Amino acid sequence: MRVTEHPILNFQKGAKVKFYYNDLELEGYEGETIAAALHANGIRTMRESIHLHRPRGLFCNIGNCSSCLMVVDGKPNVRVCVEKLRAGIRVQTQRGKGELK
Amino acid sequence: MKQTEICIVGGGPAGLTAALKAAALGAAVTLIDRNDYLGGQLIKQTHRFFGSKQQRASERGINIARELAAAVQNEERITVLTGATVLGYYKDGVITVEQNEQYLKIKPQKIIMATGGAEKSLAFPNNDLPGIYGAGAVQTLVNVYGVKPGNRVLMVGAGNIGVIVSYQLLQAGVEVAAIIEAAPAIGAYWVHASKVVRAGVPIYTGHTIKRAWGEKEVEGATIIRLDGKWQPVPGSEKDLDVDVICLSVGLSPLTELLWQAGCRMRFVPELGGHVPLRNELLETSVPGIYVAGDVSGIEEASAAMMEGALAGLNAAKALGYDAPDFAQQRDNIIKELAELRSGPVGEKIRNGLVKAGLA
Repeated sequence: MRVTEHPILNFQKGAKVKFYYNDLELEGYEGETIAAALHANGIRTMRESIHLHRPRGLFCNIGNCSSCLMVVDGKPNVRVCVEKLRAGIRVQTQRGKGELK
Repeated sequence: MKQTEICIVGGGPAGLTAALKAAALGAAVTLIDRNDYLGGQLIKQTHRFFGSKQQRASERGINIARELAAAVQNEERITVLTGATVLGYYKDGVITVEQNEQYLKIKPQKIIMATGGAEKSLAFPNNDLPGIYGAGAVQTLVNVYGVKPGNRVLMVGAGNIGVIVSYQLLQAGVEVAAIIEAAPAIGAYWVHASKVVRAGVPIYTGHTIKRAWGEKEVEGATIIRLDGKWQPVPGSEKDLDVDVICLSVGLSPLTELLWQAGCRMRFVPELGGHVPLRNELLETSVPGIYVAGDVSGIEEASAAMMEGALAGLNAAKALGYDAPDFAQQRDNIIKELAELRSGPVGEKIRNGLVKAGLA
């Protein structure tokens, strides 16, 4: 959900772009983070915990904590709280530790 | 290998003022930040700051960030590396950096570490569910990106951050069900707290979170009253229908590089965790490595800006740079810092700083 009215801030948005979350086609704005775009679409789960496979979401939102690691265009362990949204990217829920190919 | 006189790690309030002061004295500075912008966490602070005029009172953090970042960009003695992550400190004094998937090596003569802090979590069942965030995380989401974390929030912690973020959530059109605080009194300044109370948000002191509910995401929370000995009172549980839980239970300094550099560290709870020992020049036990801001102890942005200015002056002075009014500049900052930390509000910080002194 996006903030529609704000007493102080005026949010500057980039171009509207399409991207993919698992198999879902979604919209977001260029220049915002992937995590912000997912949240705007009501998606708050980013990955599964490694051992107990519990759902994990965003925690620190500034690149410290690694709670939000996802697979982006096939690359695992991307911190989507600081990675910017680009047109056409494929974002997937990360399961396990991820492998560098 | 790139050479520079002073390398500053972190472009938040401390790093920016450090860079400006050092460059003003004449030093060549390289300022490194892992984000693609400068300003650190100031960029989401929409509230007005406190303190005296010199401490930029009544200005909003977002405007301070903009102003300092512009000044740094316009200063020709400062080289700015953004989107650049410092990876390590080596014992020959070399700093390694990743920028645009390139590996850089920098050999500075002096280093100012201004890496900031990280939000703490809290132990309770289901504390890892999506929908549980650091309060600062939600502040970033709402104030920087204009995106809501959910519909109805439980804020855990009534210090300044918890109360300010609660108010900013209301401004963004998000409901705040309650603010809870384990201590018998709130930690926030009343000017902030009275705003949320006037808006109808209850603040429950002497309460903590017992557990979060939900399978895949947060669907609710149970809070419980604490007695005078911080023990939960059975039967005092209350269920709250919330889809967001914000933890505002303090920060800890981001000290990895200082540990790596072999700086002497000490656990000082008043300052948020392990902090580097430092002398009155803000120099650590490793000669030539200075610290400023939250990395040296969790405080507010105003203190970080003053410490940054002090570290910038001292590092440049150690390289032989000077100004006719150097002593006066430095004394003024020291005096302002002491004022900021005076009174009952600053007591905890003062106690912490005594323990973090380098003899």
